[in-house]
Amino acid sequence: MASGMQEKQYTPCLLNFFIYNPTFGPREGEEEKKILFYHPSEVEKNEKIRNVGLCEAIVQFTRTFCPTKPAKSLHTQKNRQFFFEPEENFWIVMVVRNPMIEKPNKDGKPPTIEYQEEEILDTVYGAVVRQCYSMYKLFNGPFSRAMEAGGVELLMQKLEKFFYRYLQTLHLQSCDLLDVFGGISFFPLDKMTYLKIQSFVNRVEESLSLIKYTAFLYNDQLIWSGLEQDDMRTLYKYLTTSLFPRHSEPELAGRDSPLRPEVAGNLLHYGRFLTGPANLKDPEAKFRFPKIFVASEDGYEELHLIVYKFFVIASCFLSLDLISASVEVTREFCEQLDGLVGPQLTLLASDICEQFTINRRTSGPEKEPQFKFIYFNHMNLAEKSTIHMRKTASVCLTSVHPDLMKILGDINCDFARVDEDEEIIVKAMTDYWVVGKKSDQRELYVILNQKNANLIEVNEEVKRLCATQFNNIFFLD
Amino acid sequence: MAEEHYLELSENPVQFEHASSVNNVFFDEANKQVFAVRSGGATGVVVKGPDDKSSVAFRMDDKGEVKCIKFSIGNKILAVQRTSKSVDFINFIPDYPHTEFTQECKTRNASILGFCWTSWNEIVFITDQGVEFYQVFPDKRNLKLLKSQSINVNWYQYCPETAVILLSTTVQGNVLQPLAFKNGNVSKMSKFEIELPVIPKPAKLSLSERDVAMATIYGQLYVMYLKHHSRTANSPGAEVVLYHLPREGPCKKSHVLKLNTTGKFALNIVDNLVVVHHQSSQTSLIFDIRLKEPDCSVNTQQPVLPARSIHPYRIPLSGSAVVPSQPPVPCQLYSSSWSVFQPDIIISASEGYLWYLQVKLPPTVKLLQDKGKLMDFLLRRRDCKMVILSVCSQILEGSEKAELPVVATVFDKLNQVYKEYLEAEQSYAAAVESGPSRGAATQKRPVRTQAVIDQSDMYTHVLSSFSERKGVSHKFIIAVLMEYIRSLNQYQITVQHYLYELVIKTLVQHNLFYMLHQFLQYHVLNDSKPLACLLLSLEGTYPPAHQLSLDMLKRLSTANDEIVEVLLSKQQVLGALRFIRSVGAHDNVSARKFLDAARQTGDQMLFYTVFRSFQQRNQRLRGSPAFNPGEHCEEHVTHFKQLFGEQAMMKASTV
Repeated sequence: MASGMQEKQYTPCLLNFFIYNPTFGPREGEEEKKILFYHPSEVEKNEKIRNVGLCEAIVQFTRTFCPTKPAKSLHTQKNRQFFFEPEENFWIVMVVRNPMIEKPNKDGKPPTIEYQEEEILDTVYGAVVRQCYSMYKLFNGPFSRAMEAGGVELLMQKLEKFFYRYLQTLHLQSCDLLDVFGGISFFPLDKMTYLKIQSFVNRVEESLSLIKYTAFLYNDQLIWSGLEQDDMRTLYKYLTTSLFPRHSEPELAGRDSPLRPEVAGNLLHYGRFLTGPANLKDPEAKFRFPKIFVASEDGYEELHLIVYKFFVIASCFLSLDLISASVEVTREFCEQLDGLVGPQLTLLASDICEQFTINRRTSGPEKEPQFKFIYFNHMNLAEKSTIHMRKTASVCLTSVHPDLMKILGDINCDFARVDEDEEIIVKAMTDYWVVGKKSDQRELYVILNQKNANLIEVNEEVKRLCATQFNNIFFLD
Repeated sequence: MAEEHYLELSENPVQFEHASSVNNVFFDEANKQVFAVRSGGATGVVVKGPDDKSSVAFRMDDKGEVKCIKFSIGNKILAVQRTSKSVDFINFIPDYPHTEFTQECKTRNASILGFCWTSWNEIVFITDQGVEFYQVFPDKRNLKLLKSQSINVNWYQYCPETAVILLSTTVQGNVLQPLAFKNGNVSKMSKFEIELPVIPKPAKLSLSERDVAMATIYGQLYVMYLKHHSRTANSPGAEVVLYHLPREGPCKKSHVLKLNTTGKFALNIVDNLVVVHHQSSQTSLIFDIRLKEPDCSVNTQQPVLPARSIHPYRIPLSGSAVVPSQPPVPCQLYSSSWSVFQPDIIISASEGYLWYLQVKLPPTVKLLQDKGKLMDFLLRRRDCKMVILSVCSQILEGSEKAELPVVATVFDKLNQVYKEYLEAEQSYAAAVESGPSRGAATQKRPVRTQAVIDQSDMYTHVLSSFSERKGVSHKFIIAVLMEYIRSLNQYQITVQHYLYELVIKTLVQHNLFYMLHQFLQYHVLNDSKPLACLLLSLEGTYPPAHQLSLDMLKRLSTANDEIVEVLLSKQQVLGALRFIRSVGAHDNVSARKFLDAARQTGDQMLFYTVFRSFQQRNQRLRGSPAFNPGEHCEEHVTHFKQLFGEQAMMKASTV
C-alpha cells in the first residue's frame, strides 16, 4: 500500500464547551442571556442558542424518567456531550468529537470517515468536566460568589478570563483512568523523617501566624497537607500539571535562571517563591500572590497561595503556605519565611534525600517495573501508577497501548456499578492479561504480559504482587 | 522577691544547749552529731544526732578540758582528746568494761592535731608529724597500730563519705596529700599543689584550713579551694577552684566557679550543687558543675542563678524549750556565729541549732529563663519530678507559653534521661536473664530517680489536662503532642497507646479526620489492637476509619480473629471466608459463626455457598460432610434442608 493511501487516525478533541443557566433567559427571544460562556467564541449566535437549547431539552426530557439523576452524557455518532450541573441551574456542557479513522478512497473520491463511537469513556470525560469546575472554583470561588458580587456580568467576565486559558491546557487525547481518580501521589517516608517534617511545618506555622494551612511536597509527591482532602486534590492537580511544569522547564534548561544561591551552614541551598516575586532582593518586586478558595466551616475562605521551592543538590522540596486573603502579604513576611524555611529545610533535606535513595533501591525506577499497575484508594486519594511515566502539562506518557487503558476504564465502570468487592480478569488481544481488583475502597489494576499464561497463573501472579507491594494493607484475596 | 529564695534551712533543726562558759559544743562530721559537754563532762554530755536514735546522754569524769570528742561509727566507742599527746577511749558496747583507756601518739614530740574514726573500731590520729592508724580492741582496752605515715602536717580535713583525709604539707601549706583509708589499709593518693594567688616571701603558711573543703559531687570526690580576690592579680572577684580527686590517677584542677565579688565566704554542697554563702551581702550563690556554659571556657562557670539570701527563718515557738513564753523570733541569717560543715550543715553554736541546708526548686523556675538550661538543672536535682512537670505545663499554657522549638528541647531533654534509664533497666534485665555466672551480681539494678519522667507521668500531669484546656488552639495542642511523639521516637522509645488515643481524640474533636488519616498512612501512630478498635469505633463519624482499622489489624498479623469479626459484622461473609482461607486458618474456625452471619443476610444463595464450603471442609478433614455435634450447627442443617431440600445435602460418598 502506498504511503499516501494510509489510514489517518484522529484522536478525540474538544468541539464545544459552554456554560449556561436556563433561568437567565426564560422567555422567547431572550435565549442568548442564558449563555454565560461559549467556546469557541467565534461560533455564530444562533448556533450557540441552538446547541444550548438542545442540551436544555435533553436534560429536561430525561429528567422525566429519573428526576434525581439527570442525564450525564449524550452519545452520537460524531461526538459525545457531557452535562454537569455544579450549582443549581448552572450547567457546564462539554462536547468531544469521537476519535475517527480517515480511510482514503480510490479514484479521487473523498475519504470515508469512520467514527469510533465506543472508544471514549463517559467516566473519564465526565471527570474532566468536573475537574474544570473544581479548578474554576479553586481560583474564583463558586459561581454564586461572582453573582453576588457583581451579577451576571462579573460572572461572565470571570468565566471568560479563566476558561479561555484553561481550555487550552486540556489534553483530551491523553485523558485516562487517572483523571477519573484524580488521586494524589504520596511520597513514601519513614516515621521519623515524617515526624521531623511535621515538626518543621508546625514550627513555621507557629512563627508565622499568618499562615493558615501548609502543604509539603517532595518533587511531585505530597508529604503533608493541612488542607482538607477535596481542596488538596484540586490544588495538587494544579500544582503538578500546571505550576510545577511551568517552572521546572526553564530550570532544567539552565536558562533564565532566577536562582539565588545562599549559604546556610555548609550546604548550598536555593530557595525561591514560585508564586509572587521571583527575586526578593529586587526593590521593584511585587508581593502579589494568586488567591484561592477553599472550603471552610462557613462556606469558603479566600487565601493567598504562596509556593516556596527549595533545592538541595538535585532534589526540590515545596512548601505551600496559605494565608488568609484579608491580610496583605508583605515583603517582610516573605523575607521572614525565606529566612526561616531555608535553614530548617537544609537540615531536613539530607534525611529526605536518604529516603529517596532507599525508595529508589527498593523499587528501582530505572528498570522497567516488574508489574504494570495502577492503584487507587478512594479513602485518602492515594494513587500509584507504574504505567504512567511522567505527568506534565502537555503530555501524559503511558507505557501501554491505549486499548489496554480503555479496558482499565471499562473495568473501573463495572466496579462503580456495585458496592461489593470483586475481581475481574480480562484476556486482552495479543498476550496481555488485565486484572482489576476491588477491595473495600481500594482499586488495583494490573497489566500482565505473559505468553501462554492461563487464568490460574495470572491469578497467582497478582497474588504475588499484592504480597510484595501491598502487604501492609488489608486487601481481600 | 519572697518567692525567690531558693535555699532554705530545714524545718526541724537539731537543737542543743548553746555554747557558753560552762558548756562546750563539738560537732562530728562523720556521724553528724553535736556534743554538748557541760563542765568537761562531769555534769553531763548530751549528744544530738540527725535522728533520735543517734542521740545519747551520759556523764564522764572531768579530766581536763575536752579538745575533741567523737563516737566511732555506730556509737560503739567514744574517743575524747584532752591533751595534745593522747586520746582517751570509753566503751559504749554493753557488757564491756566502761573504764577509760588511753592511747598516746607513737611519734615522739609530736602533738595530736585531731583524730577521725574510719569504722566502728578503726581510728586515725593526725599529728603535726604524720598520721597513725590504729585498731581499737574495746574488750582488751587497748589499741594496735596498723599503719603510720611520717609527714609534716599543718592541718587536715576529713571526708567521712569516702574516708579520705587531706593533709596540708610544706611550709606554705599548699601541697595537699590525700590519704584513703579502707579495711585497715592506707593508700596514698596522688598529691597536688594548689596555686596560691600570691606567693609570700619569705615563705609562710599561706593556705588556710578555712579555705579548703572536701565533698563528693555527682559521686566524685572534689577538693574545693576558696581563692580570695587578690589586688595584684587582675581578677574581678574571688573564685572557688575545684580539684577532682579520682580514686586512681592524678588530681586535676577541674572547675573554676566565678563569685564576682569579694569578702567572707562559706561553702556547702546541697543536692550536688556547690553553694557559696557570702556574708557581707547576706546572699548565697549556687553552681552546678555539670551545667555547661556555652559562652565560657570549658571549666569556668558562672552562678546558675542570681544571688539570693536563704529563706527567712523563724525559730519555732513550740520546739523552743529554753524560752517557751516568747513568740517566734526571726533568726539572724549569715550570722558570724554560724559554722558551716560539709556537705550541707549549718550550725549556730550560740543559739544551739543545727540545720540542714536545702534547695527549693520552685523558685528556680522563675529565675532561670532559658528553659533548656532550666531542664538540665532540674533533671539533676533530687526532688525534681513535680517541678519539672509543672514547668512542662507552664510552657504549654497560659502567659508563659513557650514556642515549639523550646517545647521540643524540653521534651528531648526529658526523654534522653528517660531513655538512659530504660536502657540501664534493659541491660540489667538481660544480665539477670543470662544467669548469675555472667556477672549479674556485679550489675546493680538501676535506680529510678525522680528525673525519669515517663509517658504516664507526662500524660497524667501535663498532656491530658492540656489537651482539654479551653482557649488553647487545637493546632498548638496537636503540634505539642506530635512533638512529644517525635521526641520519643527520636530516642527510640516505644510510644504508649494512650498518647495515640489522645492525638486521635483531639483530631476527632476538631473534625481533622484527614490529618488523622495522613498520620496513620505514615504509621506515625503505631499499630496495636486497642488502636484498631478505637478506629473501628470512629467509623460512624468517619467511614474511612473502617479501612484504616482493618489495615492495622492485618499488619499486626495476630489479629485474624478480629478481622473475621469485623467482616462478619459488616455481613461480608464471603470476604471473611476468603480471608480466613488465605491465612490458612479455615480448618479451625467455627462454622456456626459463619453460618449465623450468612443466614442473617437473608441471602439464600450466600447461605448455600457458605454451608457447602463447610461441608467440603468437613469432608476433607473427617471424610464426611456432616457437622460434629460440638459445632452446634443442627439448626442450620435444618434450615438448609428447608430451603433446598434433603437432596441438596452433600452425601458422604460424593466429593
